[in-house]
Amino acid sequence: MVAQNISFGILALVATVAALRVVTTRNVVHAALYLVVVLASVGALYILLAAEFVAAVQILIYIGAIVVLFLFGIMLTRPSIGSDAGLDNDQRWIAGVTGLFLFGLLSTVLVDSFADDHLPSLEGVSREALTAERGTGAVGDAIFSTYLIPFEVVSVLLLAALVGAIVLARRD
Amino acid sequence: MLVNQFLILGAVLFCIGVYGVLARRNGVLVLMSIELILNAVNINLVALGALQGPEAAVAGQVFALFVITIAAAEVGVGLAIVLLIYRNRTTVDLDEVDLMKG
Repeated sequence: MVAQNISFGILALVATVAALRVVTTRNVVHAALYLVVVLASVGALYILLAAEFVAAVQILIYIGAIVVLFLFGIMLTRPSIGSDAGLDNDQRWIAGVTGLFLFGLLSTVLVDSFADDHLPSLEGVSREALTAERGTGAVGDAIFSTYLIPFEVVSVLLLAALVGAIVLARRD
Repeated sequence: MLVNQFLILGAVLFCIGVYGVLARRNGVLVLMSIELILNAVNINLVALGALQGPEAAVAGQVFALFVITIAAAEVGVGLAIVLLIYRNRTTVDLDEVDLMKG
């Protein structure tokens, strides 16, 4: 339990600092690279929550595909690869106040509703039982039985997004 | 572990993402901030699923997977739109895209 709490603390700290750098850095490419750090820490947190398939998908899709897409977007729009002072608009203070207010509101509500709720301890559970009830196999079974229709709809959505992106970005 | 550890981390990432969406003027950076927000939601889904037992844990993971898929589609279309704005106006500064401002 102590080891889990220590690793949670390290991962949460890394994720928070890197996320702050994503929204404050003056270099667009650095922002994309800090985003990789945030996404990797969140993937490690999924492993801490015994969600190994989501962690693998997080690494594959987010870090492998989405960040590469971002880097291509940065390259193609060329907003001066070096550092650039004009990345923030003049609403920065209002945005900061909004973010802090929202965080105060959310954390008050969360502390109020989930005060001392502990996640059920998995220490007594054997690895086979854990894999059978919430591992990759269980997730696959759920996707192809209970959530079959949403899964098919998501497939069509991906196809539509693919066609839409090509139509938007092609040169006539 | 307390479930609130994960939920409050999710809240922190969400608020940082909201700040980024409001304060950034580069279109690509706004999309990155939206990714932060979607990640915060995913942490909440997985953590709240794990709180409720095995069946809810699987449901939470499945919903997190759907959110990741939709995030990928959103980034694809979003970057295509940003690219189109850049091609038409040679800038990705969202403050200058104010054609519909009254």
